[in-house]
Parts: sequence; C-alpha cells; structure tokens
Amino acid sequence: MTATKGPQTLYDKIFDDHVVDRQDDGTCLLYIDRHLVHEVTSPQAFEGLRMTGRKVRAPEKTLAVVDHNIQTTDRSKGIQEEESRIQVEALAKNAKDFGVEYFNELDKRQGIVHIVGPEQGFTLPGTTIVCGDSHTSTHGAFGALAHGIGTSEVEHVLATQTLIQKKAMNMLVQVDGTPAPGVGAKDITLAIIGEIGTAGGTGSVIEYAGEAIRGLTMEGRMTVCNMSIEGGARAGMVAPDEKSFAYLKGRPKAPQGAAWDAAVRYWETLRSDEGAHFDRIVRLDAGNLPPIVSWGTSPEDVISVTGAVPDPELIADEVKRASKKRALEYMGLTAGTKITDIPLDVIWIGSCTNGRIEDLRTVARIVEGKKIHESLDYGMIVPGSGLVKEQAEAEGLDKIFIAAGFEWREPGCSMCLGMNPDQLKPGQRAASTSNRNFEGRQGYRGRTHLVSPAMAAAAALTGRFVDVRTLG
Amino acid sequence: MQPFTTLTSTPAPLKVVNVDTDMIIPKQYLKTIKRTGLGTALFSEMRYKEDGSENPDFVLNQPAYRKAQILVAGDNFGCGSSREHAPWALLDFGIRCVISTSFADIFYNNCFKNGILPIKVTPEQLDALFDDAERGSNATLTIDLENQTIKGPDGGEIRFELDPFRKHCLLNGLDDIGLTMEKGAKIDAYEDKLKQREWA
Repeated sequence: MTATKGPQTLYDKIFDDHVVDRQDDGTCLLYIDRHLVHEVTSPQAFEGLRMTGRKVRAPEKTLAVVDHNIQTTDRSKGIQEEESRIQVEALAKNAKDFGVEYFNELDKRQGIVHIVGPEQGFTLPGTTIVCGDSHTSTHGAFGALAHGIGTSEVEHVLATQTLIQKKAMNMLVQVDGTPAPGVGAKDITLAIIGEIGTAGGTGSVIEYAGEAIRGLTMEGRMTVCNMSIEGGARAGMVAPDEKSFAYLKGRPKAPQGAAWDAAVRYWETLRSDEGAHFDRIVRLDAGNLPPIVSWGTSPEDVISVTGAVPDPELIADEVKRASKKRALEYMGLTAGTKITDIPLDVIWIGSCTNGRIEDLRTVARIVEGKKIHESLDYGMIVPGSGLVKEQAEAEGLDKIFIAAGFEWREPGCSMCLGMNPDQLKPGQRAASTSNRNFEGRQGYRGRTHLVSPAMAAAAALTGRFVDVRTLG
Repeated sequence: MQPFTTLTSTPAPLKVVNVDTDMIIPKQYLKTIKRTGLGTALFSEMRYKEDGSENPDFVLNQPAYRKAQILVAGDNFGCGSSREHAPWALLDFGIRCVISTSFADIFYNNCFKNGILPIKVTPEQLDALFDDAERGSNATLTIDLENQTIKGPDGGEIRFELDPFRKHCLLNGLDDIGLTMEKGAKIDAYEDKLKQREWA
C-alpha cells in the first residue's frame, strides 16, 4: 500500500497505511478505523442513509455519545430544552436503528466525545479517527491521524467506512526547553497559534515534537493537539511512546493480551524517520514561555499575561486592521490596557481542551482552602466526562471546588459553545479554559479570554488575571 | 446535489478576515435535524439587531446585495467548527460561490458537498474584486467553472485553480457516496488485510 519512497513522516506512514484506492490525480480513498458520532452533526447523515436505504458499514467501529446539547444540571428528569431533547432523542434512535453503541446522558461513560474516545481506549495509535467535530484533532496526541469532518462526510464514513482525501502537507512544530512551573500545554498551544496565525496550518498536518512535547503528560498532549484546528491545521499529532501505551493499557476498548503486545510492537514503529521531509518547520522555546491570555475574538489574538492589549492602528493591511479594531470593540477593551488590569465576571473551566482529570487537579491545587473573588458573578467547573467526574470526586476535588465557591456540574461541552443553558450574558467577560474566543461563541455578545486551567484558577481568586508564576 | 456550471450575480463584499463558522451560523441554529431552512439564520448576529430587526449596515441587508449569489470575503473564510450548517445556510440564502484568499480546510471541503464553489484568489485579485463588489448592482461577476474563470464587470478575467476531481463532481452534481460504493470490492479487500491486525 506504500507509495511514498524514502524517509517518511509519521503522517506519511499512517496515511499510506490507510489508502484503499489512489486515483491518478492523487485523490485517495482512505480507510477509517474509528468513527465518533455526536448529536449535532449526525442527524442529517443518518437521514441520508435512510433516504437511500444504506446501512452503517461497520457499526463496531462507530461510537456515539451525547455531549453538546445537554444541560449540566440534574438530568434525572430528562433534557429540559425541547429542541435539544429532540436532537438527543434523534441520536438515541439512530444509534439503535443502525446498531451503533451509544452512551446516553445518564451513562457514567458519557462525556465530551474527545475525552470519551481516549478514556475508553477507542482512540489508538496508528489509526485513522474522524468525527463531525473540528476538535477531533485531540486524538492525534496518541499518534493517530484524527480530524474533523462535515455531516456529508459523516454520512460517507457511515456508509463506506472511508473518506475521500488528498494528502496534506507535513508541518513540524518543534517545541524545545522546559516550561516554567505554572506554564503548560495550553500556553504552548496558544503561543503556537499566536506565532503561525489562525490560518498558519491550513492544508497541513502538524507533528508536534521536541523536549517540551515529550515532557507533557498525555492530557497535556491532548490539549496541544486539540487546538491544532485553531491554527488551521487539518490534524495535529505526537509520535506515540511509553506514556501513550501506559495511558491506554487496560482501557475497555484497548486490545488485551497477545493483541496488545502485537499492537505495541507496531506502534513503536510509528515515528518520523530520520531525514523525513517537512514542508514547513516552526520552532518554539518553551523555556521562555509566559502564561498566555487571549485578548481578541480569534485564537491568534494572544499575548503574555505580563503584556498589554495591542494597538490595531499599527496594522498596515486595511481589512485586517478593521477586523482587529472590531475585535477590540466587541471585547470592550482599549489598546494599551494591561492584561492584569482586566476585570472578570465569570470563570469557566472545562471543555475537550481542558476538562480532564489533570486539569481539575491543577485547579484544585490553586484554589484549595481559598474562595473565589467576590467581584465574580460565578465560577463553573464542568468535568469532561462522567468518569472524570467520578475520579475527581474520589479524590475529593469536588469538595475543594464547592468550598471555594465554584459550581460543580455534570459532564458535557457546556459553555465552551453554549448550546445548552450554560451561556455568558451580553457583556459578561470570562476567563475560559476552552478553545474559541469567537464573537458570540460562549453566549450572545459574551466576551471570552482563553487561558490555561492554572490561569483560570488564579484569576478566580482575584477576579482578574494574575501571572501564575508569581503564586509560588 | 445541484450541478455548478456558470453563475452571474452581483457579488457582496464582506470585508472581514477570519470569518468563522460561529459567525456564519451561530450555535442556536445547530439544533435542527434538517439541512434546509437555515438561510434566515445566515450571519444572524451581524445581520439582525437585538430586537430581531435587520441591521441596515450589514452588507446582505443592503438593497444591492439582498439577492447576491456570490460572496467576496477576507482571508481565512470559514475557520472554526466543522458544522456543515455553515454551507447549508449560505446555500439556503442563495449563495453559490464564495471568493477569498484562503479557506479553512473543513469548510472548503463542506462547500463541494453542497454545490457551492469556493474560489481562492491572490490578495491583489481580492482587492480588485472588493472594488468591483462595492459598486453594488452596477457590477456583476460571471463565474465559469468549466473554464475556471471569473469575468469582471469591465471585461477583466481572473483564472483560478481547482482540484480536477472536485471540479468534475461539482460540474456534474455527483454524489460522493455513490462513487465510493462503486469501489466496494477494494474496501472489502482492505478490510480482509486488516483482519491480520487483531487489535485494529
């Protein structure tokens, strides 16, 4: 199946390994090993199958879970909002009719699709993984080729277990050095996006490498790969290693026994060869990296916590200047304001970027025995899955959060995109551990500053941004 | 899918960079289980005021552009979420062609599945097209997919590049799934090979 000669990148290897058919013009039919499905981007795809009398080709390679729409408060009486309920019920029915495994809102394995995949061992190195969701890039942390697709492609994968693809370019992001205490994966990924811009990765698959990436936990690598799409990349990936294997071993859907041993032998070959060609290389020194805060309405609008809101008048291009001025106006900020002088209204912690157990432990360490600041409207913590919630509660983290004054919620996407009742009000300003600061993303006219869990926790205690490195 | 051959329309200028899919169609409209009817929600937060009335400053509310079928927009159009509701909303409004210097990958892909042609041009060409578009109903563009050209109001012509397979599917309105199912034997053969990998 291999067409590429000479040294190969990790992406080259996985892509070539999955080519079912290659046309003369380079258009390929790529086999898909794992398909994750959620309620928002799938109803029209299942409807398409029904209309054409098609079946799901490989239900055993498909896993459905509800995450975007559901309320994060008590679910025992069902989903309160009618349109959301209809969409969730549609997924339940589609899963049943087409024989797909489904985690419903009362299942403790339910959670954000990108947290559930790795947690169940559904996500494996060397596989191709798709989902009708742009943050599917998360799964690349395990050395999988994982990316988001549209609903027509969801239908295509359901019907054929393949995807029509052309090879993307190879981009290497090399992150050297060791970050300062309090600086981590989220700061690394925001700094990368700030460097390359939100279209910097367009047409490319990013491989993240270097000492700082190797040093990250699997949770941290997932945070970095998760936001690849915010830099425009089709996918992001990290070569699998002992940390990846240790994370997956014993997970419910991971291989067992002899199959596990055979899998590890194969997974150990999944790394870019010496001398493999990258179309673009970007380097970042994590050793000098400060905590990063976004100031605008694009994830590329980032700056050090020690900095100030930049002046859009200094941008030469007319359309870009107008867009950034619009962003400042939307955010209610003026150029030159110190980031640490921006008062906050809401702290939101969760999402497929930062809703894992390690994120919650980081927050707990900072807020333990303290109270969230009286100037805040509220602080909300939403675990990424039912299993994350269960683990957090087993460690007593929930008690720390509640004692500090946070709301402790049921798992889901929640305010990351506000499809459920968790939304910012117009003008409310949030420090958020999510991935997008777009206009209206977290609520109509809401204002989002993207930060790490440590920065969000520190901001919760003071009501404004603080350099977590100064907390000691 | 409706084939795309030629299209003549007044182009609407949207001079914003990084137009994201949340802007194209906000989350509250994603709860639908249908593909149709999203045209009224297109660019909702820019298009309507808080009381639901139209914002007269927004380009698609201005008389010259209310029936525009071509949108000319700033760099990196369609970034963000994978929601196909974005091209569904554009299509339902009547837009069949979007012109920009660059598009986010997933949005770009989604357009072709819905009979929408996304055209990439150079920054200089985009500036010229913005100038054309700002002339309102006095100017029209003609898109010719077969010849891969944009003809301007003053007789000027821009040639654009496009993947030949995507072009073929768009010109003929072909259904991807049908084409792939014809390769069923190759998929079967791949799956047979996969059986050697017990863990996969």
